[in-house]
Amino acid sequence: MGRDLPTVIIAERINPTGRQRFAADLLRGDLTYVKEEALRQAAAGAEILDVNVGVAGIDEPQALREAVRLVMDTVEQPLCLDSSNPEALAAALDVYRGKALVNSVTAEEASLAEILPLVAQHRAAVVALPHDERGISPDPGERIRLAGRILERAAALGISASDVIVDAIVMAVSADGGAALVTLETLRRLRDELGVNTTVGASNISFGLPDRLTLNLTFLAMAIQNGLTAPITDPLLPGLRRLCRSADLILAKDEWAMRYLDDYRRYPPS
Amino acid sequence: MNVLEQIQQGVISYKPPAVKAACELALSEGLEPQRIVQEGLIAGMAVVGGKFRRNEVFVPEVMIAARAMQAGLSVVKPLLSHSEVKALGTVVIGTVKGDMHDIGKNLVAMMLEGAGFHVVDLGINTAPLRFVQAVQENAAQVVGISSLITNTLPSMKETIQALQQAGLRRQVKIIVGGAPVSQAFADKLGADAYAADAAAAVDKVKEMLGLAV
Repeated sequence: MGRDLPTVIIAERINPTGRQRFAADLLRGDLTYVKEEALRQAAAGAEILDVNVGVAGIDEPQALREAVRLVMDTVEQPLCLDSSNPEALAAALDVYRGKALVNSVTAEEASLAEILPLVAQHRAAVVALPHDERGISPDPGERIRLAGRILERAAALGISASDVIVDAIVMAVSADGGAALVTLETLRRLRDELGVNTTVGASNISFGLPDRLTLNLTFLAMAIQNGLTAPITDPLLPGLRRLCRSADLILAKDEWAMRYLDDYRRYPPS
Repeated sequence: MNVLEQIQQGVISYKPPAVKAACELALSEGLEPQRIVQEGLIAGMAVVGGKFRRNEVFVPEVMIAARAMQAGLSVVKPLLSHSEVKALGTVVIGTVKGDMHDIGKNLVAMMLEGAGFHVVDLGINTAPLRFVQAVQENAAQVVGISSLITNTLPSMKETIQALQQAGLRRQVKIIVGGAPVSQAFADKLGADAYAADAAAAVDKVKEMLGLAV
């Protein structure tokens, strides 16, 4: 993962938020859906799988540990352990084989103090959300400043900058017409000033609007040009993976179009 | 088109300046401020709310319609008596401590205002005690609590407990919402209602207060 390297897709579908049936399954301890989504997303070209089992009333440490075990035994892709509960992250990190990605730490003091030591202890990488107790700033400069603070605190614990992926934070354009421009400028500055890997929850851009697919794909192409290296998104969206491969080729991140052509052969147009 | 219809039409077609002008015209024609609000602004917003529920209009259109309504209210509100402002009731609303999400909460607040409620919006990252204070200061009948992250759901519980401890639980109805929240979770918390979206939230609030939906 890096500024001159191809875009890495972090697959978001193992997440019960807004999926009532999956949430109910998790509460019963039924992980069938976790396994199915792992296979489906891996087949669709996901390079990292996000695993989130946050449901109201669940024993999250136990559930995340079991889900991570199952996904590890099902697919080869590295995992992104997604929880804001430090105990759940610790439980999952304890059973994880290899280098995990932890999602996420914020610039809030409590989060820095709880999450970063876990990341350091397990030699994991971490997604950094540049907001603090005051909320999400509409100013790219403030997001850069908070990203810098997280990087400093990480470095103090021996976590190198290459193990921190900064989330440029996507807000809905339906609620604020300038929201996407803020994210794009944040991405550019993260790349040019801090030289870090970056992510976004790309589908947030289209909240509250119809035909979200076109909006999501359009934004993703723009974001990749502005420095996005590892979007968190749904690899099953039609055209998404090919869009990433196309953007990489256009931006000279794919010498001799090897990845683009490999993608074409593996997933021929129907 | 009479002036009340002009006001409605201005809200429905998202034209803040036109709504403001029509409200000024209505006042100069001697219409009751209360009638301008109810039969002009709120009636217009009700049409937008219905379209939103049917997926005929979308979030940006609700936002600009709400802005048009606000433009009209800015003219009429100073002329309303205190009791008239609180015609339907007062709702205190906020996103729980630890949570920075506000779009859904803002939409609910706008739709409630559009339906004729007085809304006190506490914003994001709201501590339980701020909910308590706001209920006391505004003599609110309803508290709306939003949480979008699983990990801040305990804050929702703490907020309800704080209202109980302050002896306010019988005075207020509590409605909860947000992506990880469900009817089952709302029941477990002891909330009075759960709403899956902004339009449903307005119906539930009316229902809890015994108003016609």
